[in-house]
Amino acid sequence: MTLTPRQRWLAAAAAVVVLAAGTAGIALARTPTPPAALPLTIPGGPASADDAAPVQLDAAIRLPERLPAPAVVLAHGFGGSKDSVNDEADALAERGFVVLTYSARGFGESSGLISMNSPEFEVADASAIVDVLADRTEVVQDGADDPRVGFAGGSYGGALALLAAGYDDRIDAVAADITWNDLRSSLFAQSVAEPVAEAESLGAYKQVWSGVFFGAGLTTADGQVTACGRFTLAWCRAYTDAATQGTVSAESATLMRASSPASVADRIAVPTLLGGGEADSLFPLAQVDATARQIAAAHPDVPLKVVWHGAGHDGGADETERLRRLTGDWFSAHLAGGPPMPTDFEMSRVEGSALSNRARGTVEVLAAPSYPGITGDGSVRIALAGPSQQVLAPAGGVPAAVTTLPGLGAIAGAASALVAVPLPNQTATFATPPLPAAQRIAGSPRVRLVVSSDVEATDVTLFASVRVVGAQGSPLLPNGLVAPIRLDRVGPSPTTLDVDLPAVVVDAAAGDRLAVVVSTTDQAYRLPTGPAVYTIGLASNDLVLPTIAATALSTGPPVWAWPLGATAIAALIWLAVTLARPRYRDPGADVALADQAVIVEGLSKRFPGGVTAVDGVTFSVPRGVVLGLLGPNGAGKSTTMRMIMGLIEPTEGRALVFGEPVHPGSAALSRIGCFVEGPGLLPHLSGRQNLDLFWRASGRTGDPRLDEVLDVAGLGHAIDRRVRTYSQGMRQRLGIAQAMLGLPELLLLDEPTNGLDPPQIKEMRDVVQRYAERGRTVIISSHLLGEVEQTCSHVVVMGRGRVIADGTVADLLAGHGGRRLEEVFLEMVGEGHTVVTS
Amino acid sequence: MTRRPAAGPPATAGPMSSAVAGYTPRRTLTVRVELVRQLRRRRTAVALALAVALPLIVVAAVKLGPASSSTGRGGLGDGDLDLVGLATVGAWNFTLTMLLFSSGFLLTIIAAMFLGDSVASEASWSTLRYLLAAPVPRRRLLRSKASVGVLLTATTLLVLVAASFAIGALAFGTAPLTSPVGGTFSTGESGARLAVVAAYIGLTLLVPAGIAFLMSVLTDVPLGAVGAAVVIVLVVGILDRIEALGSVRSLLPGHYTNAWVDALGAQVSWDEMAVGASYSVVLFSVLVAVAVLRFDRKDITS
Repeated sequence: MTLTPRQRWLAAAAAVVVLAAGTAGIALARTPTPPAALPLTIPGGPASADDAAPVQLDAAIRLPERLPAPAVVLAHGFGGSKDSVNDEADALAERGFVVLTYSARGFGESSGLISMNSPEFEVADASAIVDVLADRTEVVQDGADDPRVGFAGGSYGGALALLAAGYDDRIDAVAADITWNDLRSSLFAQSVAEPVAEAESLGAYKQVWSGVFFGAGLTTADGQVTACGRFTLAWCRAYTDAATQGTVSAESATLMRASSPASVADRIAVPTLLGGGEADSLFPLAQVDATARQIAAAHPDVPLKVVWHGAGHDGGADETERLRRLTGDWFSAHLAGGPPMPTDFEMSRVEGSALSNRARGTVEVLAAPSYPGITGDGSVRIALAGPSQQVLAPAGGVPAAVTTLPGLGAIAGAASALVAVPLPNQTATFATPPLPAAQRIAGSPRVRLVVSSDVEATDVTLFASVRVVGAQGSPLLPNGLVAPIRLDRVGPSPTTLDVDLPAVVVDAAAGDRLAVVVSTTDQAYRLPTGPAVYTIGLASNDLVLPTIAATALSTGPPVWAWPLGATAIAALIWLAVTLARPRYRDPGADVALADQAVIVEGLSKRFPGGVTAVDGVTFSVPRGVVLGLLGPNGAGKSTTMRMIMGLIEPTEGRALVFGEPVHPGSAALSRIGCFVEGPGLLPHLSGRQNLDLFWRASGRTGDPRLDEVLDVAGLGHAIDRRVRTYSQGMRQRLGIAQAMLGLPELLLLDEPTNGLDPPQIKEMRDVVQRYAERGRTVIISSHLLGEVEQTCSHVVVMGRGRVIADGTVADLLAGHGGRRLEEVFLEMVGEGHTVVTS
Repeated sequence: MTRRPAAGPPATAGPMSSAVAGYTPRRTLTVRVELVRQLRRRRTAVALALAVALPLIVVAAVKLGPASSSTGRGGLGDGDLDLVGLATVGAWNFTLTMLLFSSGFLLTIIAAMFLGDSVASEASWSTLRYLLAAPVPRRRLLRSKASVGVLLTATTLLVLVAASFAIGALAFGTAPLTSPVGGTFSTGESGARLAVVAAYIGLTLLVPAGIAFLMSVLTDVPLGAVGAAVVIVLVVGILDRIEALGSVRSLLPGHYTNAWVDALGAQVSWDEMAVGASYSVVLFSVLVAVAVLRFDRKDITS
């Protein structure tokens, strides 16, 4: 790029501006330091039914810069503490809310026993927290003892948020994520629609999930090992019943009912954001759907927004940032008078990634104007086919299919696709023909099955799922979800079942088939112990797929990608400008000095490490002379030559070529041909190609005088052989020939006769003399002094980096009584004294 | 790098210039001349031959080896989602698999070779001093060297893609791309996705390329420059696997090399690729600029 200095400055300035903009964009995207978390202890509800003394809740409060501000209480998940929601708390505090976090009773540093969000205990604690906020002047107050407060949490904390909002009407907004609607139907799951399932019949028990949960509450503060850990006796008993017998006593059922948002959903009359996890086998979307329907039925005018996201208790996609933003927006709209928040429905379609554990999947967010429910706003019927099949429920329930890995979170999400392999003899499969067009399934598909058994069987447990079978035959079980079915009894007369299959958001491509797989085992559930054989068939050929008319929300690169891309482009421009800008500008020739081919003034070179190769060398070479640069090895001849060529930067002094000071890449160097310390040739090319390419690389347009140069090289037919095959002497001659390309005005030859035999030395001598006859200048360095004596008119003698003698050959000889130059020279350098003639 | 017509006034020679008639700095060591100098080298031929041989070897292995687990079984019961198993679907998938195979190591080494060998090999042949004394301005030499190195790397990548596609089409037909993460694309979409993957891999190769180019300027031993660059890339790759380093890893040069997987979802997810591409370009620019600053001041003693 040829640029004027002005253009260069403009380009540099533009690059700086773009870089600055990019940096600013990145800096803006970074978050500032969040407010500090100030610890406090809050007296909560009664310790137990018999002990009215309050539990001590370990809490922390974050105060934003602008006060007073509305408050948000953050409740943590099961097994966590107030510190497990620090990130969420910081994010909300940065958005201007007073944020109160606390460890629920029985967790963290709080005292008391776990009562699973019971209204008398945990919900009473929540009210005590609201009492504290009512006394704080930093919190906006809506009235006496009525702070403006939102309640948020996920899982265990989400259920508490809903229950607290149902019991305490001072709470003004709720955000509850991946939580239960009904604890009993979550843990004893039943996917058979009424009326087949008897009301009192329990579903299939999620024994692994329950165990993981219960285990998280077992560790006592003093490290003692007990059967009940930090649970209340009533809940410990409820768990023991379930774990040992798979039953729920009437007393436990009452406890579970009281701890379920379903019991108070009709009393939740504040704006509610409900999140459901698509990767959640513990509290599946059906639970969230139930809560949403109950709230909407009781208070149709209250803002209710439902979000199905790609995360959940099984891990799934990472949607932390988006959910945090949604929660902040929700409270901002309903507590702080921020921009109104639409109550549209959002769902995530996740593409898993088999290659990269770094990105657990890519998420496409789809939006519909309102929440249509788990059965969708439309449906498609697709014909299923398959004969009735016999399946075995194995004795002892093993081996059992693996679909999810409860409690392992993220790992389970990635693994489920790989381990969801149905076991032979235990599965009945019904498949659709290849789909004629792509089909999106959004919600809970439904299928009608018949089950029978030749002998009367009790406690029948089955697991139904929909799989997408790709063209390659690899089936995909979305999120590893299965629909558990439990029947009290099955006999020879067929039982017809309407099965609600797990709710999913998944795209099947054209050509894919869908398969309904019914299995007798799943290792996450309590399985009957006796062996049994069932016959499973289709009661109807229809597979009913729910659909939701939704449009994609997020497409294209994120906003911050633009400053980033601009930075990259700026960096490239900057690089191009740097590369296009010569480091030096030619100063131009000094006309007064232009009659000298070379002038060297006080030239010194000290290499790193302290070696002084050249020390204050001064000489000049008039045009048209043949100058010999003499000296033993290590005298500094080659270093001097390299400095003349701009290859080595002098420590002091300067060199001028035809009156122009030399710097690396000086244009004046184009008038010089050089041969320094041996030839430099491309071994993979022929001699001729080397000469041709060197000439083309040298930027000159004139006549290379190839014939004359080839004559000097004297290689004959070998000129077309690869240089790799040349002898030392051949390379030497080719190197000298290369220096003569275009017959430059000045020829620098450093030890040109090294490696040549005597006839060739003689020949070279003649070549140099002929070259100089045409009025050109030649500088030859050599340690073979006889050589210089016969070729040169002028001599500079160097030793130990200094000039020892300088003058015409005749002058030097004149001062030494007609002796040969060699003797004179040896005398000079041998003794180290300087003799300057002329 | 902009190529300009050869006509016009000299760029740097002033009115008092003592350049020989006909000499113009910007005619020295043009990209074209440098290409001719490099194209006849055996290592260039070997790199391009490897790009053709790799798909041939894989096809031979698939055709002659024992029956693959991904064929024949079909139906349910096979839960694997690996990319390699999909290689035989058709030319698009085969090309994608070849890119996966070669992006980690082969292409990295080739990029390191073309850039790392560029200046250091001239030094080792003693040709560097003759070029600089010709005189080729130093920055101009680096510009031609970097341009040709990048050009040859890109050519190798394109040859690999073209050869894989042609060989894949002959061996397995031209069925459109089946994504390893599920779903099948139309032919047009297959081409677009593959282009995104190849372009992204090309951009990430700028990281080993930049490291190798800097090394090439710092040392006179070509193998040393290439080796040092490859070692650095490998060590950084190991560091990237150490989870304990946390967010520091996102600053490592090799962190984004596999982000092209995001181009295979139902929608292209640009987040990681945008970061990775920008990072690679910026790092390359900085490394080459450091090489320029070093070379500006370097004493040529080779």
